[in-house]
Parts: sequence; C-alpha cells; structure tokens
Amino acid sequence: MLSTFDALLLARIQFGFTVAFHIIFPAFSIGLASYLAVLEGLWLATGRQVFLDLFKYWIKIFAIAFAMGVVSGLVMSYQFGTNWSVFSDKTGPVLGPLMAYEVLSAFFLEAGFLGVMLFGMNKVGPRLHFLATLAVAFGTFFSAFWILSVNSWMHTPQGHGVNEAGQFVPLDWWAIVFNPSFPYRLVHMVLAAYLTTALVVGAVGAWHLLKDRLSTLSQSSEGARTMFSMAMWMAAIVAPIQILAGDMHGINTLEHQPAKVMAMEGHFESHPEGAPLILFGLPNQEAGRVDYALQIPKLSSLVLKHSLNAPLKGLDTVPRENWPPVPVVFWSFRIMVGMGMLMLLLGALSLLARARGKLYEWPALHGFALAMGPAGFVAVLAGWITTEVGRQPFTVYGLLRTADSASPLSAPAVGASLMAFVVIYFAVFSMGVIYILRLMAKPPKPGEHGVETGVPIRTAGITPAPAHDPDRTLQPAE
Amino acid sequence: MIENLDLTVVWAFVIAFAVFAYIVMDGFDLGIGILFPTLAPGPERDTAMNSVAPVWDGNETWLVLGGGGLFAAFPLAYAIIMPALYAPIIAMLLGLIFRGVAFEFRWRDPAHRAFWDVAFTGGSVVATLAQGIALGALLQGIKVDGRAYGGGWWDWLSPFSILVGVGLLFGYGLLGSTWLVMRTEGPLQDRARSLSLWLAGATLLAIGSVSAATPFLEGKYWERWFAMPNVLLTAQVPLLVAIAGFLFFLALKKGADRAPFLIALGLFLLCFVGLGISIFPDVVPGRVTIWEAASPRSSQVFILVGASVLIPLILAYTAYSYWVFRGKVDSSGYH
Repeated sequence: MLSTFDALLLARIQFGFTVAFHIIFPAFSIGLASYLAVLEGLWLATGRQVFLDLFKYWIKIFAIAFAMGVVSGLVMSYQFGTNWSVFSDKTGPVLGPLMAYEVLSAFFLEAGFLGVMLFGMNKVGPRLHFLATLAVAFGTFFSAFWILSVNSWMHTPQGHGVNEAGQFVPLDWWAIVFNPSFPYRLVHMVLAAYLTTALVVGAVGAWHLLKDRLSTLSQSSEGARTMFSMAMWMAAIVAPIQILAGDMHGINTLEHQPAKVMAMEGHFESHPEGAPLILFGLPNQEAGRVDYALQIPKLSSLVLKHSLNAPLKGLDTVPRENWPPVPVVFWSFRIMVGMGMLMLLLGALSLLARARGKLYEWPALHGFALAMGPAGFVAVLAGWITTEVGRQPFTVYGLLRTADSASPLSAPAVGASLMAFVVIYFAVFSMGVIYILRLMAKPPKPGEHGVETGVPIRTAGITPAPAHDPDRTLQPAE
Repeated sequence: MIENLDLTVVWAFVIAFAVFAYIVMDGFDLGIGILFPTLAPGPERDTAMNSVAPVWDGNETWLVLGGGGLFAAFPLAYAIIMPALYAPIIAMLLGLIFRGVAFEFRWRDPAHRAFWDVAFTGGSVVATLAQGIALGALLQGIKVDGRAYGGGWWDWLSPFSILVGVGLLFGYGLLGSTWLVMRTEGPLQDRARSLSLWLAGATLLAIGSVSAATPFLEGKYWERWFAMPNVLLTAQVPLLVAIAGFLFFLALKKGADRAPFLIALGLFLLCFVGLGISIFPDVVPGRVTIWEAASPRSSQVFILVGASVLIPLILAYTAYSYWVFRGKVDSSGYH
C-alpha cells in the first residue's frame, strides 16, 4: 500500500515537473511566433529596415525556445502512456483523437515550415517566407486549441458514455471538443501567452533603453525603442482584457468545479449571506479554516455573483475526500492575480508616459518593465498550478480519481526517471536560457543577422564558386 | 463505402505508415549523430549538421504521430506497451532532448561546441539503442495482466533486445552515411562512402541475426513465417534483402550518389514488411490483437476524416521543405 502511494506521488511530481518546464516554452513561442509574423508583415508593408532587424533579432531567440519546446513536448506525448496508463486506456477513445488532431494540424505545420522560416529567406524570397512564418504562427495557435480542448475536457467532461471495459467513449464530438470550460480556458491561455511574450520583449527593449542612456549615444537605438513601444501597447491593451477573461473563467469554474473556487477563495465555510474576500491568510486544511485571515466582507460574493449578499457554499458542503489541496491553490491563485495587477499597472504607466511624450525617457518605467520581464512566466505557472491542483483529487473531474489513473509501476522505476528528468532538465534547459539571455543582452543592430549568416546556402549550380567570381579576380591579392 | 471498411485495419496501416515515415526520416539524422565522432571537427561536422538542420524537427514529429496515433486508435495497446517499455522509452526521450537542443546550442556556444557535439552523438546513440531495444522487447513478448502491463521494470532487457538495439545502431548509421554520400562532396563524401561500405555489411549481418533469432522467440512467429502456404510469400522477403544488399555494394562501387541511400531505405522497408508479417494482426505480439485494442468506431471515424486530408497535405509541404533545401550542402550554409 505504502509503495503504491509512493509511486503515485512520484508520478505526479514527475508529470508536474515536466509539464511545468514544458509550458514555459510554448507560452513564449505562441506569442513570439505571432510577434515575428507581425514584424515581418510590417516590414513587407512599410519596407522599414527596423522591422526586419527586429525580426532577425527575435528569430534567433525563437529558434532556441522552439527547440526546447519541441523536445520537452515530445516527453509529454509519451508520458501519458508511460506513467498514466490506466488514464490512457480509459480516456484514449475520447482524448486520443483530439491529441492526434493536434499533431496533424499543428506540430507538422510548425515543424514543416520552421526550416523555411529559420533558414530559407534567401531561398524562397520574402513573400513565401512570410507565408512560412504565418504557417508557424497558426501552427502554435492550433496546438493551443487542441491541447486546451483536451485539458478542458478533463475539467468539464461531457459528450461521452462509458463502455463495458470502463472506457470513456465518444457520443458527441462537438460537445467533447467545445466542452463548457474550453472557450474560457483557450482565451485565457492565448492571452497569457501574448502577455508573457510582450513582457519579455518589453523587458529586453527596456534593458537596451537603459543601457543606451548610460552610453555615449546621443539617442537610444531605433530597434530598442520600437520593440519597447510595441510591447507596451500590448501590455496596456491585453492586460485589462486578460483580467476580464480571467474573471469570466473564474465564474465558469464556479459553475462547474465549485470546490476549486472554494479552495482559491479559502472558503472552508458556507456563507449564506454574502461571502468575504480573503486577501491573505494561512489556509489550514486539517482544521478546515483560514488562520490569520485578512478579509473584506461580502466582496467575494460581489466578484463571483455580482451581488453583495449572494450566498456562497464552502468546502463544508463537499466530502473531505474530494477536497483539493487548499493551501497550494489558495496561494498560487494569489500569485497569479498579483502578477496580473502589476501587468495592468505597467500598461497604465506606459500609457501615461506615452501621453506625456516620455515613453523612451523615463528610466523608472524602463526599470519596472525590466523587472516585469519574467512576470508572465510566473503568472502562467501559478495559473496552471491553480487550475490543475484545483482539479485534484481527480484526473477526469468527478469521474476518474488520480489514484486510479497511474501505471502499475514500482516506486524505484518512477523515482529513477524523476531524478533523471530533474537533473537533465535543469542542466539542458538552464543552458538554453543562458543562451537566450546572451542573445538578449546584445542590442538589436541595423542590418541584424538572422539565424543564417547571410551567406546563401550553396546548392550545386546556384551560387558560383568564388574562383569564378569576376569581381574577385579584378581585386588585388590581399 | 466507409461502412464496409474495417477501420481497425486501416488504422493499423496508418500507424505503421507513421512509424515507417519516422524511420525513413529520423533514421538518417539520428545516423548523422551516431557518425559524428568519425567526422573531423570543423567544416566536416558543420556540413553534416547543416544537411539535416532544416528538417530534423519535422522528422521527429512522425514519432509524436506514432505515439499519439497509438493513443488515439489503440489506447489499450498504448496503455500496456508504454509502462512495459518504461526505461527504454524514458531513455529515448532524454536522448532526443540532448540531440535536439544540440542543433541550436552548438552554434550558440562555440566555446563549448565540443561538449554539445558529444551530447549530439550521445543523445543519438541512446535514442537509437532505446528504439531498437524497445522493438526487441516488444517482439520477445510482454506480460499482460487484465488491461495492464503485468511484468517487472527490467523485463525489457535481454540478449535479443540488445541485439536489435545494436542492429538498429548500424542501420541508422548506414542511413546517415548514405545520406551524406547523397548530400555532400569532396573528402566528406569519400569518408561517408567508405563508412557506408562496412556499415552496410554490419547492417546486413544484424538483419540476418535478428531474423534468424525471431522465429525461436515464444509466440507465433515460426508459424507465420514457415507454415505452408505462407512460406511461398514470406520467403521472398529474405530473397529481396539479399538482392538489395548486392545492389547496394554495386551502387557504392560505381560511385553513385543517390542509389546507396535509396537502397538502404529499401532494406529498411523490407525489414519493416518482415516485422509486419511477424506480428500482424497483433498489436501487443502474442497478447492483444488490433481489434481487442481498438478505439470505438466513432473515434476511428472522427480522426480518420482529418487524417485523410491532413496527412497528404503534410507529405506535400514536407516534400516542399526538402525541395527548398535540396542539393549539395557545405559548412557555411545556415547559422
């Protein structure tokens, strides 16, 4: 009994660890692929060199982030089978086809055009190259569409039956794909990816604005200004929309997974006459109360029910064996919301600076934007922890318990693989992050190189060999 | 029309196609990783790397389709096979991580390029060995208990699975060396040519030993290969392997650029057909048939509708991508 519990816990840690590492890269590359498409489109439309320079600057970073996303994603596609085989057997008929659609419509599209996007500018010309960039950007979106449909079905399953072998079987595909939490989750996650990327781009722009200020340059570089301005527009526009989307997602969760919202809010007790909003406190799962709670009366009812005195049920209406781990959900939710508020503040300050014509001359704003560089990743991870830990103790909410989902593996096997994942992920991906930071530390230059060095790939018969180059023979020997 | 089709069989062929597409495409780029230590640091290695850099990511996606397709069409098989092959699958994934990031990292960090070259080779070797071992372990039989894997976590390890793993190492190495013969020129091509010669010998030897050992494993392999009248058909496979081997050495001797790679692919196709003869219609050999493991019909139809449009589309733009980067490569190309 003890050993099966250990193996289950280890498998959960392994899945959580590998998926948390993985989500960082797509969260960045979904936004960055779209940003690259916008930059290239603007370059084609206006012919301004700065857009091409920025495109070439960010595509080098994209190449590294994308490679890390691919290899960490490959792990995910096999881990359902290796570690969650009972889950795979039972949900395969419903979730397998959705994931297969992700592979067919998204992964191949991204991978098939990535080569052209990274290396093919000189071979296919700017217009076809732009199409390749668009294909990659759409691929990242399709990928988000399908995998979030899968994930949402695990939270709000519908459109299925159960066969004699105990498998979930599809009855209505439309209902399965567009399950109740999917539209909210999709919007919330795609906006999160855009915000995350905008904050990274903004931080890099801010860093170079700050550096240019300290240098002898009479004016900051055009590349740094352009990326900073674009990023701040995104933050100013998307952050408030995201908070609105998050609120709607929360209300949807209240309808379908009330226990998760109770954990997020720290509501152990029911409040028939308006529930307080607990700002901070120490949730005590054992005792079923929040210690040292700092709370605003009735505000939670206002937020969730749009009425001060609306009754809200607490975890006392849910059997204890169905409680999610309240402290984790409670805190991760607050971290996510806190980050969201800071993003809103950054966007508002940038609008203020812009109105006063000081967007590029306000070091305090640049310092704030720089500090907010990683905020998107923190918010994404905290948000995922909130929603996934909040789904516990189920894998398919209300229908399949996590404890009944795992593979029949012994603890040493899972422990060994977990160790290997932790060591290798930290080693490999921290190197990747260092390489990305090194690229970001360099300023975007006029005439920036892309991934290719600018030398066309020499294919037989296209590029003349140097010895046959007429210009070269006229030049004196060096 | 679709009502009369046995979609389970259709799906078995779709997944077999995905797996074979993976072997065809990722085989040569894993092979280049395996052969990396035999190439000189500098232009030779850079050229070899450049010849696969624009396409490796797409190549690896077929592996995701193989796994994802199995999950969708044969969830029970996916649920039994993955835990049974736990250690080799995890090792393969970790190997693929190292070699995947090495494509980018070795260009970004010239000071540690030697380290990332070792990672590229190590990752490729581990991933290949793991794939071969997984295949061997699948062939030698997996313990099944109800709807789950019923064995221990070292069951996959046996002389037979090691033999298949090493054999695949030679096989992918051969695909890599013949790919370089096709895509490069000068000293690198000469070196690839001489490597191809002994790799082809080793691969044929491995094919011979694995084929000789397989009928003696537990299961119905003997029956499927040697019972009349099957034997009239199955006997053609080793015959064709012998002919392909002969043609290969002939092509190599004549200095052909493309033929060695294409014939090497032909050898893999024959092995794959042989594998099909051995296990069809089982998906977990000797334990679970494709019909027992299949998803309900509505799952099969739902994904087949998309697959029948998307797979041809994927093949078309994959071909386009290969066409863009066609011809001989050199070290100055990308990056």
